[in-house]
Amino acid sequence: MKKLKTDPKGVLTGSHYLDGDYALAEGALAAGCRFFAGYPITPSTETAERFSERIPYVGGVFIQMEDELASIAALIGAVWGGQKVMTVTSGPGFSLMMENLGLACMQETPLVIANVQRGGPSTGLPTMTGQQDMMQAKYGSHGDYEIIALSPDSPQECFDLAIEAFNLSETYRVPTLIMTDECVGHMHEKVVIPEADKIEVVERKWYTGPKGEYLPYKLDDDGIPFLTKVGQGHRFHTTGLTRDERGYPDLNAERQKIVVTHLIEKIRGNADKIIKLEEDQIENADVVVVSYGITSRVAVRAVQQAREAGLKVGTMRLITVWPFPEKRIKELAPHVKAFVVPELNYGQIVREVERSAWGKTKVVSVPHCAGWVHDPADILQAIKEAAK
Amino acid sequence: MKEEDRLEEKNPIEGLLRMDRIPHIWCPGCGIGTVVTSFADALKKTDLDLDKVAVVSGIGCTGRVAGYIKLDSFHTTHGRAIPYATGLKLASPGTKVVVFSGDGDLTGIGGNHFIHAARRNMDLVVICVNNFNYAMTGGQVASTTPKTANASTAPYGNFEGAFSLPYLADAAGATYVARWTALHLRRVSKSIEEALNRKGFSFIEVITPCVTLYARRNRLGSGLNLLKYYYDKSEIRHGADTRDLEITFQGKLTVGKFIERERETFLDAMNSHLSHVLGDDYQLYGRCFDD
Amino acid sequence: MIYFGDKKPIKGDIHIDKNRCKGCGFCVEYCPRDVLELSEEFNAKGYHPPFIKDEDECCYCQLCESICPEYAIFVTIKKTKEEKGEKVENRP
Repeated sequence: MKKLKTDPKGVLTGSHYLDGDYALAEGALAAGCRFFAGYPITPSTETAERFSERIPYVGGVFIQMEDELASIAALIGAVWGGQKVMTVTSGPGFSLMMENLGLACMQETPLVIANVQRGGPSTGLPTMTGQQDMMQAKYGSHGDYEIIALSPDSPQECFDLAIEAFNLSETYRVPTLIMTDECVGHMHEKVVIPEADKIEVVERKWYTGPKGEYLPYKLDDDGIPFLTKVGQGHRFHTTGLTRDERGYPDLNAERQKIVVTHLIEKIRGNADKIIKLEEDQIENADVVVVSYGITSRVAVRAVQQAREAGLKVGTMRLITVWPFPEKRIKELAPHVKAFVVPELNYGQIVREVERSAWGKTKVVSVPHCAGWVHDPADILQAIKEAAK
Repeated sequence: MKEEDRLEEKNPIEGLLRMDRIPHIWCPGCGIGTVVTSFADALKKTDLDLDKVAVVSGIGCTGRVAGYIKLDSFHTTHGRAIPYATGLKLASPGTKVVVFSGDGDLTGIGGNHFIHAARRNMDLVVICVNNFNYAMTGGQVASTTPKTANASTAPYGNFEGAFSLPYLADAAGATYVARWTALHLRRVSKSIEEALNRKGFSFIEVITPCVTLYARRNRLGSGLNLLKYYYDKSEIRHGADTRDLEITFQGKLTVGKFIERERETFLDAMNSHLSHVLGDDYQLYGRCFDD
Repeated sequence: MIYFGDKKPIKGDIHIDKNRCKGCGFCVEYCPRDVLELSEEFNAKGYHPPFIKDEDECCYCQLCESICPEYAIFVTIKKTKEEKGEKVENRP
């Protein structure tokens, strides 16, 4: 493996022909990620391979751990070691990561996990696409918590959203997931990588106060606590138990209420700032097609055909899937005849759309059991029926 | 000095403990507190900058150690102390990372992480408090419970074979392996000190009394009775073959320092190998982080 | 008594935090000079803490301090009367 020509910050500036998995790795490196712990799993392995090739030249660590349980545990440890960190996985590995995803939420450690989704359940379809982990992303670990999940639809967006994911996770001290899929992960397209100086990177909110007075969970004015790293003389403590500001276990219902409310509200309260949507011809639309990831690219054909047939169809692409843009759906619901929600699962995000529409309008699911993408004709059929 | 006046003075260990959390949760007669004292003693004797020493624990009775030691300390999930510590060490190579956890945590649920960290020779000091059962949850059978011993999930006696932890650590590639009982106060402390002062995966097993569960279920009496058992039945054999260290129910306890060998740590191996293969292009890891 | 040079046996002052004690008895059992004994009375938590039976016997080995799982006992070096600048009779 020859050293790639990068700028001094390790950013691979220029136009490249990359697949989504490689673009994720490049995005993470551009965002300053210098620690990667992972375990091989199709169809996400290329990201780990790319990291292992690239990282010796930019000054970081790649370690292939013994399993996904260890991978995410190492990430959380590395966050307290002061690094920006990432791992990548797929279905079965994502299930194993659920344990410590909860720990990352509880300890409020910023980290990025990309899930290149494949068909499930269990080993399912390792080499074929799916979007069946969307609910697991939000509800997979036990207990109440909020995460952020983004869903790219192209290699270029894999690069862009990798940076965005790091920025969001640093801003809100929360694990951020990139819920992509095998199609996008293995799709080769042109990826334009800007110069390092033009990339907006959010740096960690370091504690700069006096030595020994650091409180890991004391909220700052913006509601997000400061982070520090090991070895600074603060002699701090952190735990997965319900804890007070000092990070000491404080096991009672009152403290539980404070902690859980904080974990949830720091995301829900900032949902407007976090959520990114891409909308097209949504004004005066009768039917709005809500989709994300690879499905949104398939839906384009169906929407085009529907418009050619004279139907007023708008599209909404969820770039941010979690927190779910319920406010926007609620706003649109009284004005449209129906929402059509195609996705590569038996109906997951459609339930969120249904919930957010509050019975004000019809919500049509276009399910697919994964393995391959929708036939646009199926989506078109659903649009036509919904428009009646 | 009058006895009343002496309360003014502080126990010298207090500087290393989170006194606002003491008294701790461990039962009367439990040996974990004693091992913590030995650990604190070792910390005082090393020349390490204690700001650069971190303690990582998993879950369980011994998992609570991180919460009482006044260093940078991390209480993690069940079994994941070693991979968590691996991340911490690799992200901050200048930190001395100590994993302080129990037998169930390190070699039951975390067994896979344990052998892989030993294989990689990850630069960690692993102190394993072995009380032969899962104590926090009520005395269930563990990977270390001796055959025939009674446990709450082996109510008719344990019929599974047990891990001999020094043998496991040795076979997996640990570069320092010792076993003591909680009664070997100074030797535990000395072993921990040696481990803190060296590089590589160092493993120290400390057998401790679990009075409330293991001893009660097996009618072994109080903590004192167990210490007496350690006194009567332990035999110090430095350098003993790790294949001969099996523990039977209330049988002989072979203790000592069994292994001390030199091997490249993960980070040293990574740096030397990649420097060799990639030449000047390689960004030597650790240089930019050890500020 | 005649000593070699100024070498004298080191003696200890034993400090017991009775309310932190959980009465395991480790210190009493393993004190090599039998300085300690468990008291009949209870502490605030309902355990029997040790009391100092014969402090003159304490040789500052600190074994009680090392073995105590509760950090409830420790020993300091007893100052000689010259160091303290007081008379022996003042001792309890």
